[in-house]
Amino acid sequence: MLRLPPYRLLEPSSAEEAVKLLADEPGEAMLIAGGTDLVPNMKHGLFEPKTVISLAKVEGLEGVSDSDAGLRLGPMTTLADASQNALIIERAPALAQAAGVVAGPQLRNVGTLGGNLMLDTRCRWYNQTYFWRKGLGYCLKKDGTLCHVVEGGARCVAAASNDTAPALMTLNASAVFLGPDGEREVAIADLWTNDGIVNKKVSTDELLIAIKVPPQAPGHHGTYAKLRRRDSIDFPLFGCAVRLDLDEEGTVSGADLAAVALVARPMRVKGVEELLLGTKPGSEAFDQAVEEVAQLAYKRCRPLDNVPGDAEWRREMVPVYVRRALRSATASSGA
Amino acid sequence: MRTLHLLVNGDRLAVAAPDHWTLIEVLRYRLGLTGTKQGCDKGDCGACTVLLNGKPTLSCILPASRAEGHELTTIEGLRPAHCAAGGEGTDPVQDAFDRCDALQCGFCQPGMMLSARALLNENAQPDRKTIQEALSGNLCRCTGYTQIIEAVELVVADAAGVDPVLPAWQVDRDGEDLPLAPAVEKATTAEGDN
Ligand SMILES: Cc1cc2nc3c(=O)[nH]c(=O)nc-3n(C[C@H](O)[C@H](O)[C@H](O)COP(=O)(O)OP(=O)(O)OC[C@H]3O[C@@H](n4cnc5c(N)ncnc54)[C@H](O)[C@@H]3O)c2cc1C
Ligand code: SF4
Ligand code: FES
Ligand code: FES
Repeated sequence: MLRLPPYRLLEPSSAEEAVKLLADEPGEAMLIAGGTDLVPNMKHGLFEPKTVISLAKVEGLEGVSDSDAGLRLGPMTTLADASQNALIIERAPALAQAAGVVAGPQLRNVGTLGGNLMLDTRCRWYNQTYFWRKGLGYCLKKDGTLCHVVEGGARCVAAASNDTAPALMTLNASAVFLGPDGEREVAIADLWTNDGIVNKKVSTDELLIAIKVPPQAPGHHGTYAKLRRRDSIDFPLFGCAVRLDLDEEGTVSGADLAAVALVARPMRVKGVEELLLGTKPGSEAFDQAVEEVAQLAYKRCRPLDNVPGDAEWRREMVPVYVRRALRSATASSGA
Repeated sequence: MRTLHLLVNGDRLAVAAPDHWTLIEVLRYRLGLTGTKQGCDKGDCGACTVLLNGKPTLSCILPASRAEGHELTTIEGLRPAHCAAGGEGTDPVQDAFDRCDALQCGFCQPGMMLSARALLNENAQPDRKTIQEALSGNLCRCTGYTQIIEAVELVVADAAGVDPVLPAWQVDRDGEDLPLAPAVEKATTAEGDN
């Protein structure tokens, strides 16, 4: 049995109140959305907040709305709802697919989009019980002084493992935070740092209040491909999102590729658009461009022994999944 | 400490619990509803599945207060709900698991049956793939899953008044039905077993 460390639970009803409660106890209070990441982490002794602030009763954080500026997604929208939402499926297919392959059915009924974006990084030496970690002697990310992944490493390389992050990056989405000084909006691609201990440039007193997905090109296509041991429950061992924009003639007019489960940050693979531009799915030139993209990704994406699965095997799978994502992108619905 | 107002299997209950308790702790150690199983206790296995407003949810990682204001169904509530709806005996899911030998140790069963019940409430004619997906968050270390999937198919077939898709062990290697097998009709309208 894994007990939670005792904490005080607060249930504010507005975003402003939640931010104020966070500011009242700097560093001692944490937000909980669905709790599907935070609760196991607290059970493992990875976080021991004095106060936990639930977002369950906060008004206005749920649901999907549509305007000229694109889609506005409430962070408390569950992954199950996001994966089945008609607007998301139509306008941001990669996001719907990514949300639909997070964890398993029960976890998607409770886990949220916001919690997924804000997910803690993962490592096989870190996501373990206190007893297990104590037996090994801890590590940099929690309680210790060394890294078990990179021998002699001075920086934690725990992996960004949130499936929706790369999808949101290829969609050029942004996140809106509310803090003590008001609102700020930041591109999701600029949210990350290389530090596995805390991989987001977000202050502990900020609350994510919206995810914004701008309007996509008329011929937008997108997909998410995920490598995992089992087709359910498991975190990604590698995940890649693809955007492929086609013009009226059906030739590629824009493209993007982003990946997770590699290093601390979700990673955009640069140079993909140049390779695909002007090619037409179905043509030899497109197939060749897909192959070049797959090889480029193979070069850039170097899985580490941070998450389960043999790192060399995961690397060999990189081009396979990149190819699959690109090929199935054209079959997905577009805006 | 707080007083939680819960609606468990149709009963309105007020129960006191510390702030940091999960729903499974309240169910098992305050309410004595030990049908909900505590397996991994960290969200991996599905043994602790309960229905929250009809949706399968893991009670081992759900803060208990999240259940307030929602309808909760545990395994103990399946039969009463079936009878209250005019049925007789156990819920057809429970009956089918029994008839198909869909269990060995039984530890995964409460969660499995609740996930199956939630699926069937939403979709009375799921095909095999849909059943597999709906049960994919429930691990079973004993059965190998085959009889479990067949049990859900049996419920579907019974409700539709047709013979169930033949269990895997009654079909020989060439895909021919063994002589002793009963007449087979596809239970589902979709492609059937794939
Ligand atoms: C067995 C298992 C398998 C899983 N598999 C996957 C997987 O395959 N892919 C995957 O991506 N995830 C997976 N998860 C993790 C988790 O279920 C999802 O990432 C989920 O989306 C987290 O959302 P949540 O609402 O439960 O987050 P919570 O646990 O409530 O929160 C997660 C973090 O985000 C912070 N947070 C939440 N909301 C906000 C907000 N609005 N503003 C600021 N901070 C916030 C919290 O403080 C916390 O630090 C898995 C979990 C389990 C237990
Ligand atoms: S990457 Fe190294 S420091 Fe970071 S969690 Fe893993 S073992 Fe610990
Ligand atoms: S006991 Fe809850 S998922 Fe295993
Ligand atoms: S019957 Fe033993 S775990 Fe399923």
